Amino acid sequence: MFTPHTSLEVEEMLKEIGVATIEELFDKVPEKYRFPELNLPAGISEMEIASELKEIASANASTEDFVSFLGAGAYDHYIPAAVDMLLRRGEFYTAYTPYQPEISQGTLQAIFEFQSLMTELTGMDVSNASHYDGATAAAEAANLAYHFFRGKRKKMLVARSVNPQYREVIRTYMQGFDDVQVLGDEVNLGDSSGFEELTDMIDQNTALVVVQYPDFFGRVINYTKLVNYSHDQGALVAFIFNPTALGLLKPPGAFDADIAVGDGQPLGIPISFGGPYLGIFTTKQKYIRKMAGRLVGETVDVEGNKAYVLTLTAREQHIRRERSTSNICTNQGLMTLATTIYLSLLGKQGFKQVANLCYQKAHYAAQQIAQLDGYQLAFPDEPFFHEFVVKTPRPVNEINLRLQDHWILGGFDLSEVYPEMQNQMLVAVTEKISKNDIDEFTAALQEVAHV
Amino acid sequence: MSEQTIYELSQHGRKGVTFPKPDVPFTNLPEDFERDALRLPELSEMDVVRHFTKLSNFNYSIDGGLYPLGSCTMKYNPKINEENARLPGFAFTHPHQPIVSVQGNLYLMYQLQEWLQDISGFKRVCLTPAAGAHGELVGALMIKKYHQVNQHPERVKILIPDSAHGTNPATSAMGGFKVVPIPSDERGNVDLEALKAECDETLAGLMLTNPNTLGLFDENVEEVVRLVHEAGGLVYGDGANLNALLGVFRPGDVGFDIMHFNLHKTFSTPHGGGGPGSGPVGASEALKDYLPGPVVIVVEEGDEEIPPFFGFFRPEHSIGRMKSFYGHFGVIVRAFTYIAMLGADGLRDAAEKAVLNANYLMAKVKKDYPLPYDRTCMHEFVVEGTWEDVPEIHALDISKRLIDYGFHPPTNYFPLIVHEALMIEPTETENKQTLDAFAAALKTIAKEARENPELLHNAPYDTPVRRCDEVKAAKELVLCCWIPD
Amino acid sequence: MKTPQGLKYAKTDEWIKVEGNQAIVGISDYAQDHLSDVVYVELMVEEGDTVSKGDTLATVESVKAAADVIFPASGKILEINEDLADSPETLNNDPYEAGWMIKMSLDDPSDLDALMDADAYTAYNKEREG
Repeated sequence: MFTPHTSLEVEEMLKEIGVATIEELFDKVPEKYRFPELNLPAGISEMEIASELKEIASANASTEDFVSFLGAGAYDHYIPAAVDMLLRRGEFYTAYTPYQPEISQGTLQAIFEFQSLMTELTGMDVSNASHYDGATAAAEAANLAYHFFRGKRKKMLVARSVNPQYREVIRTYMQGFDDVQVLGDEVNLGDSSGFEELTDMIDQNTALVVVQYPDFFGRVINYTKLVNYSHDQGALVAFIFNPTALGLLKPPGAFDADIAVGDGQPLGIPISFGGPYLGIFTTKQKYIRKMAGRLVGETVDVEGNKAYVLTLTAREQHIRRERSTSNICTNQGLMTLATTIYLSLLGKQGFKQVANLCYQKAHYAAQQIAQLDGYQLAFPDEPFFHEFVVKTPRPVNEINLRLQDHWILGGFDLSEVYPEMQNQMLVAVTEKISKNDIDEFTAALQEVAHV
Repeated sequence: MSEQTIYELSQHGRKGVTFPKPDVPFTNLPEDFERDALRLPELSEMDVVRHFTKLSNFNYSIDGGLYPLGSCTMKYNPKINEENARLPGFAFTHPHQPIVSVQGNLYLMYQLQEWLQDISGFKRVCLTPAAGAHGELVGALMIKKYHQVNQHPERVKILIPDSAHGTNPATSAMGGFKVVPIPSDERGNVDLEALKAECDETLAGLMLTNPNTLGLFDENVEEVVRLVHEAGGLVYGDGANLNALLGVFRPGDVGFDIMHFNLHKTFSTPHGGGGPGSGPVGASEALKDYLPGPVVIVVEEGDEEIPPFFGFFRPEHSIGRMKSFYGHFGVIVRAFTYIAMLGADGLRDAAEKAVLNANYLMAKVKKDYPLPYDRTCMHEFVVEGTWEDVPEIHALDISKRLIDYGFHPPTNYFPLIVHEALMIEPTETENKQTLDAFAAALKTIAKEARENPELLHNAPYDTPVRRCDEVKAAKELVLCCWIPD
Repeated sequence: MKTPQGLKYAKTDEWIKVEGNQAIVGISDYAQDHLSDVVYVELMVEEGDTVSKGDTLATVESVKAAADVIFPASGKILEINEDLADSPETLNNDPYEAGWMIKMSLDDPSDLDALMDADAYTAYNKEREG
């Protein structure tokens, strides 16, 4: 379909090569396997595929038509129109990895700006050019800790209040190392008063302690004691953060975190059914050489002009091969650009506004819902940012089914991933939600409370 | 030609995109946690649009010109892909929505799984891995788990041909394996004798790219697979070079156990300046239960009236979850669009024209550049970027000089087994005129190398920046903008 | 390519200067030439450490490559060259003198018997260049 060859051109080319037919070029492919018949439909025109996909897409419920209170790792924020307009420029999205800096300064400078924004947001010293998503960034933090201790410390402690998907991914990655244990799932959730059970598990064999900020339940907890104790034992600490929250809250760097990772999806990236998103990876200066992923640095060219290049590439897979920290090749290129544009557009003022709106609206919603019969806040004494847990009078999936009639997508059903949290809903509120939406949600919750 | 950074352009007090005041009663902010300083830039919307528009003008891109990068498959990125991925019914669906409300998405994913299975000859495909290297890691972990479940922990060795992409050994190390390189023979095939010598009871598997990074289809691929299987090992296929095989050959047919796809190479999804990609993994009957979850399945069969109901499932011996949610859905929509438009015939045509273009270009370029393996290539070929009579010219110089002729350089220095390698892959979407112009530029550069080598050493000349001081970049690390206090 | 007499050389491109029961280790001119501009040196040991033959002594990084420097023998570290951290280019400029990496005591000097002398190393390099 996109091949431009005319039959005359094909003839000329075959002549130059010295074969009679194109098929001849494939004679090294074993005959019995050559040219299999594919069970695919015949090709269709652009017009037809456009129509087909429109139909498929419109069968879905989306946040275009529904008011959504879903969070739990992906958040529905407003994306200014300029973000997508700029991303659609072919010079950005059809460009390759910037291995030839002379003709990739656009991409390179944008990544450099991204790195700067991320270090500023997190209060850390250095950011790489991104990982696939927050979960794999968390797994790479475990990788870093493992390599930092040269495999001598074999325990990764991950708090139970960390996003269950992130905990799973860390486990999957650590499988590659024969002797590494990922623990912490089985202990108490802990809260602002402390994390005794988790703290008890920290010892000289612990490479990394991982906590989330705000945690999976939206709670904002001061981890200072935990960080100090970890450091006393010589272990590294990683914070998993929500980037919007950092528009308002003290960043991980202020708590002396060694590594801060998160998902940048809330920063100008559509929810898009789970991907592609953006893994943010930042650390203190001293871990820079153990950091996986691309890094853009500033330098000069032969004429002394400012230039940006991929740097410290000797750390990477194509050079260190089996001695590299990780095999990662891609970063999330276009998504880092989206985030850089988003934060540039909003700037200091706009971003603070968004964080504040999320905070205010979520607190209003929590207050309203707490007043309903049969509903209570699960953690009434814990500060939270834009997510909170509500105890419901009946199973969450039943409530959500009925909420759909009201054109509302209810919050996340925690019993799916925390068996001890039956009838508990994780509600997220962003700046897109109006007071009216919240009032309607509250009213609907009241209505569907009983069979 | 240069542009200031967003921080340098920032003006204190300037506002960009702003939001309304809260429409809800006020709640106090948490004192202990309130942030002190937030040093984000302050720019107007127009400042931002101009800034990034200028940056875009510094970039080379497929939309702008040829990228003959070996093993990258820089084919045209159809614009309808972009429209489809942005349909609100796709872009605004939340991954935690009840699956009954997103059956359209699940249908799309299921269909792509089926198509990829058929294209490659595998029994099950998982769409979750985020990129090629990610898919490779899946492969390594699957091999590891397979041997564990079958009670063979002594199988710790992974064989990797010396023509392999750099991620292969890095991935194997992440899987806790010992990496043993296998040499290529003088025809560019895996050296069978060397392979046989390593086929023992410690063999976990072989990672094979076929066609390999020399652009050559292994003439003994059946024997290679047989030897590894006989010794109890598994064969992992790096699908980076699948573009040559669409409708031509299915790795699953000859016995590959696991293979990753690169949607951003073979299936036209854009490279985005470094991502996002997507690296689905296919598995044979023996390995299909080890794939990561979730995989889309039909939960309830449909009939003439009602479509099937789709859901997610995790295979029995799954290595586990590899990333959050379901994979790069936005990229999946693009690949789906592409495959639907091409159909079986279009895919075969793509492979044929890719191989035609590469062989045509090779026939022209070999007149001026040393060709280490002079046999029919697949979708790419490798030449040496150096000549005996001008030893001071390296592949790097030729690459940089190509930029002055308006072309992105080919892949440099891979594969490692060719001295000063230039790996060239034109792809099927390039027309004959572009190929002729590229070959002509290479010819001219070969001439310049003899008559005026300095010209090459100092190239490029006509670019936003010229050759960069990478040593300085590594020694004096500057990784962030200067931010005024 | 400089390959001074009086030193021993490993296949992995380290040079060793033996002084009785002690040895000084660095990387050869051939090694630094192939790495090209060294940008970073990370010594993996400290004074007082006990090491075994085959352990990693250091990682050396250039813009285009990274290499591990390997201990040619077992023993104890007496001194490390702290200057290399700030001036990694010393390995390029003066690999045999100012570019020394560590001084160690040898558990068993016969560990070094299998190493090459200058002529053998020169021949080995010629062979590698092919």
